[in-house]
Amino acid sequence: MQPSIRDTFFEECEELLEAMVEGLGIIDEGSYDSETVNAVFRAVHSIKGGAGAFGLTDLVSFAHTFETVFDEVRSERLAVTPELVAVLFRAGDQLATLVEAARDETEVEAGPRDSVVKELKRYLDEPAEPEGGAAGGNGTEPPGGFQPMTLDFSALALPAAEPVAPMRSFEIRFQPDRAMMANGHEPMLLLRALSELGTLEVSAQSDELPAFDELDPDECYLKWSMQLETDSDRAAVEKIFEFVEGLCTLEITEAEGAAPPAEAPAMAPPPVAASPAAPAGAPAPAPAESAPAAPPPPPRSRVGDDEAKGGKGSSGGANARATLRVELDRVDRLINTVGELIINQAMLSQRIAELELPKGADVEVELEDYKLLAREIQEGVMAIRAQPVKPLFQRMARIVREACAATGKSARLVTVGEHTEVDKTVIERLSDPLTHMIRNSIDHGLEKPDKRREVGKEEEGEVRLSASQRSGSIFIEITDDGAGLNRPKILEIATSKGLVPPNAELSDSEIDNLIFMPGFSTATEVSNLSGRGVGMDVVRTAIQALGGRVSIASETGKGTTLTIILPLTLAVMDGMVISVQGQTMVVPIASVLETIRPTDKDIHKVGSGEMVLSIRGSYVPIIDVASSLGMHGQSNPITKSVLILVETEQRGQCAMALDAIHDQRQVVIKSLDRSFGDIPGISAATILGDGKIALILDPDGVVQIGGSRADAGAPILQAMEFFDE
Amino acid sequence: MTKVLAIDDSRTIRNLLRMSLENAGFEYHCAEDGRLGVDAFPDVRPDVVITDINMPNLDGYGVIEELRRGPNATKVPIIVLTTESSDELKARARAAGATGWIVKPFDDASLISVLKRLTGHAA
Repeated sequence: MQPSIRDTFFEECEELLEAMVEGLGIIDEGSYDSETVNAVFRAVHSIKGGAGAFGLTDLVSFAHTFETVFDEVRSERLAVTPELVAVLFRAGDQLATLVEAARDETEVEAGPRDSVVKELKRYLDEPAEPEGGAAGGNGTEPPGGFQPMTLDFSALALPAAEPVAPMRSFEIRFQPDRAMMANGHEPMLLLRALSELGTLEVSAQSDELPAFDELDPDECYLKWSMQLETDSDRAAVEKIFEFVEGLCTLEITEAEGAAPPAEAPAMAPPPVAASPAAPAGAPAPAPAESAPAAPPPPPRSRVGDDEAKGGKGSSGGANARATLRVELDRVDRLINTVGELIINQAMLSQRIAELELPKGADVEVELEDYKLLAREIQEGVMAIRAQPVKPLFQRMARIVREACAATGKSARLVTVGEHTEVDKTVIERLSDPLTHMIRNSIDHGLEKPDKRREVGKEEEGEVRLSASQRSGSIFIEITDDGAGLNRPKILEIATSKGLVPPNAELSDSEIDNLIFMPGFSTATEVSNLSGRGVGMDVVRTAIQALGGRVSIASETGKGTTLTIILPLTLAVMDGMVISVQGQTMVVPIASVLETIRPTDKDIHKVGSGEMVLSIRGSYVPIIDVASSLGMHGQSNPITKSVLILVETEQRGQCAMALDAIHDQRQVVIKSLDRSFGDIPGISAATILGDGKIALILDPDGVVQIGGSRADAGAPILQAMEFFDE
Repeated sequence: MTKVLAIDDSRTIRNLLRMSLENAGFEYHCAEDGRLGVDAFPDVRPDVVITDINMPNLDGYGVIEELRRGPNATKVPIIVLTTESSDELKARARAAGATGWIVKPFDDASLISVLKRLTGHAA
């Protein structure tokens, strides 16, 4: 089997599973109609159909049981109860597991699968099969009702070669009914197929043929008597009449030989017309000649990739082109090119600025248009990669169910803003951290049902997952209505692990954010859910790798909210162009809270040369970017500097001191990883309008180095020297 | 070339059909649901139709009904492609006007041989 077709199958399975989960969700809410039920049925059915084609017997078998139960729901023989819905959800989860296993060619755990099969079968009249039956998976016995029809055409194709089959002789009498013609059969073709079995002698009886003016073109007036000499057996002969059985008068008699003179199979009612005959079985009529198509209706369903690849395989005309599947590579190449276009546009702008043309020169007006168009193209291209978070959110419903089952808690998942679109890569890489955070919310956040009842909450907890797009960023929030963070305990753990000095005075928010520290894990015993050796620090690292931030807010007794803030795209960002000791650099706008030109009285010295900025009644540390990065040139006095207030993970708000802010512009992110590896303080590089390379600062890293050794910036210097060449 | 119009909502099945049919020298056309299939019929003017039963918008029985009795009524062979092979299904499909049926999962050889038998297509 071609891998590409197999890949398509699993891609399609993903979509079908999404449709299934969505349908089940609607059924669960109770606001469903028959089309909802049909859609779920079709999804499971299509998975089964495809799985059959690839010989995935385990998957076929399970999907079949699932589908059978669902068919009962569909035909309203089975009432929808909360218990049934729960079973259907579990079956859906199991189906997803089986699809994954089939895709990855791994084994599924038999235990959970068999128990779901058992639960499903309780809704069917058939008794639960002994283990190894439907769920056995060795494929020896397909489940009832799904017996692939194996057609053996070898007898047809091969001339009798080695063991010479005995020649047989059949007498066949055949008269088509009107219905046979109406159903698109062509007697001529049947006779031709018969003749391919051996030597066929045919005589047609045309005595029922009417006069021409009485001839009904939809009727077959002819009947045939045939003598077939063949080495094929009776089954092969009957096979030819397979589809017309019941639509004709047919007698097959085997003359002499060992076989008993068999009775005719499936005799139809007597011939219809007894009038004279005419040949009616003219070649199958072509579809109506003129028949101009009615105005094409709007596309109803998406067009699959199978049409995308070839021009001739068109179906419903141009109107059916609602979507187009494109290789990701092509899109990424396009994105890369657009990145270059943005750079080129910046360079052109710079060149034109250097010409110092009179204000309002034509070329400047046109340059503005160019900028606008470039930006539009860029946004358009980015939109191609954008996908709704819905499928991701839907998968989380399964995580919630599994986590509840493992912890004995009860929770429902509420999703908001699932149509928010996010870059495809971001969605893919968000799955793991989100899974972990949801598990955490249930494992650590929500109380057990009895506890919840005690404090006057609903026994069923709520985990709310929301997505929204605000001011150029994507916000994803995970909110639980649990007990909130246990701050004394967090502080105690952090202190005992040496993450914070004893007696440190931390604000609530600082305590809350301790859970993101590496090496912090609140689970006193390692639960099989959250405590897989990874803590929230891994979540934070994953989010940061996407150029995002994560923070937490919690209210005792009321719940906890985790907020992920992500950039809209990974390839381009809005940056603030700054300079530090003559080096041009870029700070991501997303991390800038405000810019400040401080006066003397705003700056205070504390301890050994550390400076703090007094701002609106509180103090934030000042980090000198130049010294953080290990530049040893002449530093400006802080009062001559510009400060950028940033929010950091480690130290909360900090003010980064630098020499000047030049500009705010879109920059194309170019990774440094391949050439320089991970450089603390630097996240990537970009090419500015003058063709120079500028490093993009990572404020978190800068602040962190600023708080430690002064020579930690050495690798950065190397990188800068490299680009200065 | 013998033209086939395949109507199936499963991309996987469509892809499999495309592969089998094109290998056997058929001209392949497809539609993603019953309604689109019926709409495509007059444009494609196929020599044979293969249709799934469980589909959104218009199911396979509906497809057959419309192709046999609708404004573009046709007598081209219509083959039902189905995972079930119950007599009930066959009877219903035939009552609607189906010519034959193929059970999924199908193997290339039987698919092609059925198509040849019903269309006289020579590879």
